[in-house]
Amino acid sequence: MNQKGTLNMKLLRQLFCSMFALSACTFGGGFVIVSLMKKKVVEERRWLEEDEMLDITAIAQSAPGPIPVNASVLLGFRLHGIIGSLVAVAGTILPPMILLSLIAVFYDQFRSNPVITTALTVMRAGVAAVIFDVVINLAKNVLATRRILYVVLMVVTFIMGYFLDISAMLIILLCLAAGIICVILEKVSPSDRREQ
Amino acid sequence: MPVILKLFFSFLQVGMFSVGGGYAAIPLIQNQIVNVWGLMTIEEFADLITIAEMTPGPISINSATFVGMRLAGIPGAVICTLGCILMPFTICLILAYYYYKYRNFSGVQTVLGCLRPAVVSLISCAGLSILTLAVFKNEQVDFHPDNLKAIEIGLFFICLFLLRKFKLGAIKIILGSGVVGTLLYLIV
Repeated sequence: MNQKGTLNMKLLRQLFCSMFALSACTFGGGFVIVSLMKKKVVEERRWLEEDEMLDITAIAQSAPGPIPVNASVLLGFRLHGIIGSLVAVAGTILPPMILLSLIAVFYDQFRSNPVITTALTVMRAGVAAVIFDVVINLAKNVLATRRILYVVLMVVTFIMGYFLDISAMLIILLCLAAGIICVILEKVSPSDRREQ
Repeated sequence: MPVILKLFFSFLQVGMFSVGGGYAAIPLIQNQIVNVWGLMTIEEFADLITIAEMTPGPISINSATFVGMRLAGIPGAVICTLGCILMPFTICLILAYYYYKYRNFSGVQTVLGCLRPAVVSLISCAGLSILTLAVFKNEQVDFHPDNLKAIEIGLFFICLFLLRKFKLGAIKIILGSGVVGTLLYLIV
């Protein structure tokens, strides 16, 4: 990364602008902003590997607080240490802060303006398309690992999340337990899985 | 206790205990703002949630800013938002430090490998629920022709095509769909 003590202003500026733009255009919070972040940070900017982004998402989900803020802290730390975290979080929280402050003041006009409410609801179609695009890429890569365990985990967790309405937190915890069991099994019979 | 301090401690707790993202924070905020401190009525709170969901950004940040602004102006908005992210920020910094220190250990890799497919599933669940909101009038999966929003369905497939085929950026797609969709609604 960067040398100690010097600030990479260009990187910080890009980080701030990326987070600001993402946060300003993201509805619904949580995993929505994370999938946009993946598209921007992994596919467009190439700051992170895909696996790293998925790890960051899992950590952001497991820690308390809003997922987009948590993910920004992790991304910022990776790119530029604590300063990076501060810059990324500032970029993430400023758009909603500015917007909601204005709305709080012009509350009645806002709720009754048909153009604004239409734009806000119709944009969901675009947001959904972006998430689907990201999901197609991610799912392809899980299939490409050709590890039956991962594919089974993906299918089972999808059923748990979508059809059974089990909370994201619980799903992550169950997979964490599955992972720890795998580590123990590898320790017991190290000859089994040497390909990795 | 001054309102601004009440707000700070309320949102400090919201930030600390809202594990699992946006919707998990709503009952916590309600408890703090409506029940514990009586800063808002339940009707005002319902409006707040509608607005926080309609506008971009994480729900808890949106609510923090909105509540702070309504009750104590700009200082209130800043204090509430900072209160909301203070603990998550600290905890995530610590987690980031340990993640980058230990992530190349083989055991850690195995555990993370099992988490990644779950994250993919969780993201696809989020995608499906926002698609459901976007294309069905009653916001539930129901393929009755009267319940389908033609403009949104068209936009969804065009956006997906542009993303897959031409690798357009996310921001362009979202803003573009907002502009085109609103114009279509105004014409029709």
